[in-house]
Amino acid sequence: MVTTHDMTRGYRVFQWFNGVVLTLVVVVTLYPFVNILARSFSSQTAISSGEVNLIPKGFNLTTYKIVASDPMFWTNYRNTVVYTVVATFIAMVMTTCYAYVLSKKHLKGRKVLVGVAVFTMFFSGGLIPNYVLITGLGLKNSIWAIVLPNAISVFNLLVMKAFFESLPQDLEEAAAIDGLNTYGILWKIVLPLSKAVIATMILFYAVSFWNSWFAAFLYMDRSELFPVTVYLRNLIAGATGADSFGAAAAEVTQVGANIQAVTIVLTVLPILVVYPFVQRYFVSGVMLGAVKG
Amino acid sequence: MSTSETLTVGTAREPEAEPAPRRHRRKGGSTWGRALRRDWQLYSLAVLPLLFFVIFRYLPMLGNVIAFRKFEPGGSIFGEEWVGLRYVKMFLNDPTFWNVFTNTLILGALTLIFCFPLPIVLALLLNEVRRRALKRFLQSVSYLPHFLSVVIVAGLVMQMTAVDGPINALLGYLGSEKISFMQDPDWFRTIYVSSEVWQTVGWGTILYLAALTTIDDQLYEAARMDGASRWRQVWHVTLPGIRPTAVTLLILNIGTFMAVGFEKVFLLYNPLTYPTADVISTYLYRMGLEASNFSYAAAIGLFEAVVGLVLILSANVISRRTVGTSLW
Repeated sequence: MVTTHDMTRGYRVFQWFNGVVLTLVVVVTLYPFVNILARSFSSQTAISSGEVNLIPKGFNLTTYKIVASDPMFWTNYRNTVVYTVVATFIAMVMTTCYAYVLSKKHLKGRKVLVGVAVFTMFFSGGLIPNYVLITGLGLKNSIWAIVLPNAISVFNLLVMKAFFESLPQDLEEAAAIDGLNTYGILWKIVLPLSKAVIATMILFYAVSFWNSWFAAFLYMDRSELFPVTVYLRNLIAGATGADSFGAAAAEVTQVGANIQAVTIVLTVLPILVVYPFVQRYFVSGVMLGAVKG
Repeated sequence: MSTSETLTVGTAREPEAEPAPRRHRRKGGSTWGRALRRDWQLYSLAVLPLLFFVIFRYLPMLGNVIAFRKFEPGGSIFGEEWVGLRYVKMFLNDPTFWNVFTNTLILGALTLIFCFPLPIVLALLLNEVRRRALKRFLQSVSYLPHFLSVVIVAGLVMQMTAVDGPINALLGYLGSEKISFMQDPDWFRTIYVSSEVWQTVGWGTILYLAALTTIDDQLYEAARMDGASRWRQVWHVTLPGIRPTAVTLLILNIGTFMAVGFEKVFLLYNPLTYPTADVISTYLYRMGLEASNFSYAAAIGLFEAVVGLVLILSANVISRRTVGTSLW
């Protein structure tokens, strides 16, 4: 797009400026991660004197050992994995079925079925009625309080619908002539053709369930049911509470701050490890969704 | 949807192969009967999802009637008896409500002002990076924060702004006093909006970058022929090229204007920062779930949802009338 005769002096100044700005963006984006990593390995004294910047000061693994030896941390971590797997599975089944139905343009009442879903993007019942409902259904303290109310994300539904609509119809028609019923066509013809979009959807759902905390915070009363995000939230909330008590609690807060750093590192690690490999699926999923708006 | 397509799909879907043209004779109920007979397997796939929408999306909407009814915990989810507009009047006369209402508007406006245009700027800058590997690296880095749980973001914010944190270390280095950011209501908005920018701007560039690649190179060529400078090319070719994307995102942003990130505010605020940090959703959370005034909180929640709906509908209408782009 840019040819050499464009390289005027002004443009070269711009390129230089652009380099500086983008470098700043990278630094600002990554700095919190590097800093938290450095803190997690640092000694209490170095942290409280505000010396820790990019590299650990007073390197030690004590805090990691403290966090790792808390059985509740691992219980909650396991809960996160279980909730994510179950919720993602159910959400995938529900979303795939409905998206497939919505993608059939000849279907009578299709517009109503689409409308039922899309309207919920713009208007929702709100916190209180939802809470009353979930409690009324007796779902408190069960995994279903997290899974069922989030079984379909309308955004993901529209992405899948757009994908199914883009598939060629001839294959399905041929399969129908061969005597496959709707379920058979979906299972044996459509799904094998949709591996890419299914992978993307699984990632979308898995990330959102992995990251979610508020449903668990709201509906789980016992700490052995918490996901790790709620574990971390309670650490943070504890620390803010202590902060406001002033100097007397300063030491407790400091230990808390270091434990926070370690817990953040351990929680964020799986995402950082997987991220580079799956990032392109997210991008393609967003594009697919954007086509349909 | 073309007629021929409808017909082929229609017949293919149906093993007993009914003559297709008959579908076009509209006879009220009988066409529904025929559709059900032909597509009952498809409809059956929609049953569970529809149940989901009815129970977990539409029932709570109806559940909002408790805003106008007396509600007793453990009783009917639709309340016990009508009380009319009692709870609406109550929050309209509640000074705290107007305080959190103002806070919501300010926080929403600041978020919109920063988080809407910055992705466009960043996308334009990224678009000028010509080494592809470098560009891909920059994109990967800037998307990363989007994938973090809001709890982790809140944790990072706490660590960055802590009295012993790097921001205060920098202030100390510059010779100014340490600030306890999280306890100071004057800082809350800055912190909230900065963390929003940090988390969303990179990811926000995706759609713009996609739109930028679809701009025809010939347009730039023609502009150069006419002697347009780089700036004028950006102004006359690039910006018009991404305008539909920008308008769509602006509508969506305006629609979610009132839904200021409840979870993030909830994680970051504390009683000391309530004067600036408390928003409608956090206030109704405390009223409803901590103080158990379910009906009062539901009334506030309904108000918020209706305002949100009105906002997105009007943004959509305005943009259709003025720039010809709309969501639907």
